[in-house]
Amino acid sequence: MKGMTIIVKSISSWVKMLIFLFGIYITIFGHLTPGGGFAGGVILACSFILLMLAFGREYAEENLSLGLTSKLDCVGALLFAAVALCGFFFGAAGFFVNFLHQEWQAGQATALKLVSAGTIPLSNIAIGLKVGASLFMIVLILSVFRCDSSAGKQEVS
Amino acid sequence: MIIPLPVFVAVPLVTAFFLPLLGDKRRFGATILANIATGVLLVAAIATIGQSGVYQVGKWPIPLGINLVMDGLSGLVILAVSVVGFAAMLFSAGYMERYTAKPKYLSLFLLMVAGMNGVVLSGDMFNLFVFLEVASIASYALVGFGCEHEELEASFKYMVLGSVASMFILFGIGLVYGNTGSLNMAYASRSIAETGLTRGLVFALGLFVAGFGLKAALIPFHAWLPDAHSSAPAPISAMLSGVLIKTLGVYAITRVVFNVFGISIQLGWVLLVLGVLSMVAGGFLAIGQADIKRLMAYSSISQLGYVVMGIGLGGLIIAQGGSTAWASLAILGGLFHLINHAVYKSLLFLTSGSVEISTGTRQMDRMGGLGKVLPITRATCTIASASIAGVPPFSGFWSKLILVIAAVGAGYIWLGAIIVFVAVLTLIMYLKVQRYVFLGELPENLSGVEERRGSMTCAMVVLAYLCVLMGLLLLVPDLKAAVLDPAVDVLVNGISYSSRIISMP
Repeated sequence: MKGMTIIVKSISSWVKMLIFLFGIYITIFGHLTPGGGFAGGVILACSFILLMLAFGREYAEENLSLGLTSKLDCVGALLFAAVALCGFFFGAAGFFVNFLHQEWQAGQATALKLVSAGTIPLSNIAIGLKVGASLFMIVLILSVFRCDSSAGKQEVS
Repeated sequence: MIIPLPVFVAVPLVTAFFLPLLGDKRRFGATILANIATGVLLVAAIATIGQSGVYQVGKWPIPLGINLVMDGLSGLVILAVSVVGFAAMLFSAGYMERYTAKPKYLSLFLLMVAGMNGVVLSGDMFNLFVFLEVASIASYALVGFGCEHEELEASFKYMVLGSVASMFILFGIGLVYGNTGSLNMAYASRSIAETGLTRGLVFALGLFVAGFGLKAALIPFHAWLPDAHSSAPAPISAMLSGVLIKTLGVYAITRVVFNVFGISIQLGWVLLVLGVLSMVAGGFLAIGQADIKRLMAYSSISQLGYVVMGIGLGGLIIAQGGSTAWASLAILGGLFHLINHAVYKSLLFLTSGSVEISTGTRQMDRMGGLGKVLPITRATCTIASASIAGVPPFSGFWSKLILVIAAVGAGYIWLGAIIVFVAVLTLIMYLKVQRYVFLGELPENLSGVEERRGSMTCAMVVLAYLCVLMGLLLLVPDLKAAVLDPAVDVLVNGISYSSRIISMP
């Protein structure tokens, strides 16, 4: 069965962009509003899972292949580690030190703006990438097994 | 030179996430990188001998932030993890060539090492749990790496029991947090010392004993171990038996019982009885096995019993207010046996892997006479067998001797007799291995067997040298003062751990 009905397909092709955008918003504004890398990453993965449910697994895999997902997953983890390791080389020299952090001063314009809180938004973006890619990968891998009812065996499709 | 403590977690973690980016084609490059990572860890572990301190991650002060603690006990276990990890990784370079997706294997291996190092270094309970899960989940995947029916079944069994153990531990941590208001071990310990053991804390302690006991595969909790350890690839069996059950099980329970809750007479008896039960029952179960790796897996349970028994005996003597000299001798025996067992059991599993890859079977009754065709495997296996059975010049003898002296000296003569009896059982089971695998007639179908040289034999020879030389750790006073004594002091000093950590800069 290739996907669901035309109604579901056309609605989800509109909605997927909004969900994806919302995921990006939640990730980037994680240090200011509720949410963050993990929640944003789950929403990012959801937009692709919606695509998979509506159009079938093959279509979703054409958009974001398993190999690329696996690489994005690793890149997210490496970015997070890179932000942590940068703490060694800048500023106060320690693992996970927020080396971009600035003490807030009265009247300072940057507080509560998008570019504030030092390394935390960077970490959030890395976590969002990692969580989004790995969650989508888990769903994709779980759907690889297909039951062959005639032979009663499971085979990898 | 002071090594920053996050290196032990960051190096394997970053390498683990970098390797899958190389893709399945560049197997050689991935293997070299992974070996460099474990080599760096080994050098770092040797360089940190004698170092102690608290590392505040992100410069957050300790009741608020995460802290990593290096003291004598952590240093000892880190050293064991690094040595065994280095040798098993070197062995994997040759052994894993016949599997597909080698970079994924290497990546999971390094994740497991990162998790174990994290468990050992972590100074608060929740991070201990997180790293414990990292190491456990990587090991579930590695046990089922061959994707054969038997391996997947073992992996599933291991995963179910491992998850039950993790849940017990998580509940225990929740109860500790609820009753003390802190997850940091030092602060939780201080709070426990002020309020005494409330009912919730006693329940938490029970959950910890069951959870960490399951991870350590002590005898009532051992059902998963023989399957998991015998069906994993040989280097992974070496890691699991050699260090994983020790870091996730024995290290974690001694840290929690001795340094956070404080040892009591009841707890000492619990550890002592669990240890003795594992020693005896594990020994008897091992003798009956026909599968070489299953035999070694059961013998791991038996040998781990020695470690827990020694530590429990030491704790019991301390709690009863007995002589500190005998208590520290018993703990010394337990901890020395821990690192000895890490080395010779991983060597035994590596030799079983070498035998398996050459003959294609693990059943001992289908082998025989392999001593002639696999000379290096035979020599290293004999050294490891002599060591585990406690034949005098080898390392296992010294740790068992200390345990016997401590038991008899403290007045537990029956315990000394059991230790000697189980040593004889061990000798019998490894004589069986020697007899069935290496001596006797070579069967017709195995006449064309050849030994795989290169990285595999190299790893075995390194560990065999260590088996011979480990006795020096005890006999040379300087080495003993640098490696073993600080670890014993951490346990003997018990809950003064808390004030030491809090006062550290």
